[in-house]
Amino acid sequence: MDHIEEHRDDEGAKLGMWVFIFTEILLFGGLFLVYAVMRASYSDDFHQAAHHLNAFIGTINTLVLLISSMTVAMSITAVQKKNNKLAIILLFITLICAGIFLVNKYFEWGHKFHIGLYPGSELMITLKHGTVLFFSLYFLMTGLHVFHLIVGAIILTIAMIKVKSGAINSEKYVLLENGGLYWHLVDLIWIFLFPLLYLIT
Amino acid sequence: MDSEKTHITEYRVYGQVLLVLLILTTITITVTWIDLAAWSVFIALLIASVKAGIVLTYFMHLKFDNSLYRVLVIMVLLIFALVILLTFFDYLLR
Repeated sequence: MDHIEEHRDDEGAKLGMWVFIFTEILLFGGLFLVYAVMRASYSDDFHQAAHHLNAFIGTINTLVLLISSMTVAMSITAVQKKNNKLAIILLFITLICAGIFLVNKYFEWGHKFHIGLYPGSELMITLKHGTVLFFSLYFLMTGLHVFHLIVGAIILTIAMIKVKSGAINSEKYVLLENGGLYWHLVDLIWIFLFPLLYLIT
Repeated sequence: MDSEKTHITEYRVYGQVLLVLLILTTITITVTWIDLAAWSVFIALLIASVKAGIVLTYFMHLKFDNSLYRVLVIMVLLIFALVILLTFFDYLLR
């Protein structure tokens, strides 16, 4: 008897990723809701506290994620067109973008830690309640976002390796599609985080 | 079962989508420089929602996929909108 074709359900796999994305939307959505209520209660404190954030770095991060969403989407087109080499290059660029975002985040958070601005610090305890809430939300939401970004980068790295080995090809690329979907989710979250945290000055 | 030919989005289309997103991002930023008081949040959220819609439609391929996905996404967004609405009913009536 010949090799038995594995059972595959690409549409099911994609649906599964979408269901997962829905749970993520509700997770971050819940946090945005907390932000909304807290901001309504402490609008002045939030407005002042936002001055501590670097809108320039935030803008660079936004641009970098938007570009990375384009490159990962293009990588799927490349695989569909049987151009695995181009797909690998595009995925590599996507990962570089992720890296740039992480480096920026490292400097952003590093600077804040350096001046004593972090949850539970001696400085934080002296600040107004609304300000403390702003920074708690800032660290929680950007931290959770960066965690998702790292997971997404790992998934796309695995996808890149599989494109190189041919395990992902024009007949079988649902893993790359799903990785791409997850990556776009990371981008979507940032699309809302950026204006709400950085641009309320 | 793979009866239909899957839709392949041209690279060019993704490039155009990125351009639109970059323009919207620029608008978001320049609008913050104008003092619109309470309207600022609304406009920022509006532009962010448009960007999100574009990412969902083109990058996440909702436009070209089975309509089931579009229905599900809309349903989830409606549920979320309902949660926001109910939360603010609570908050505003305290």
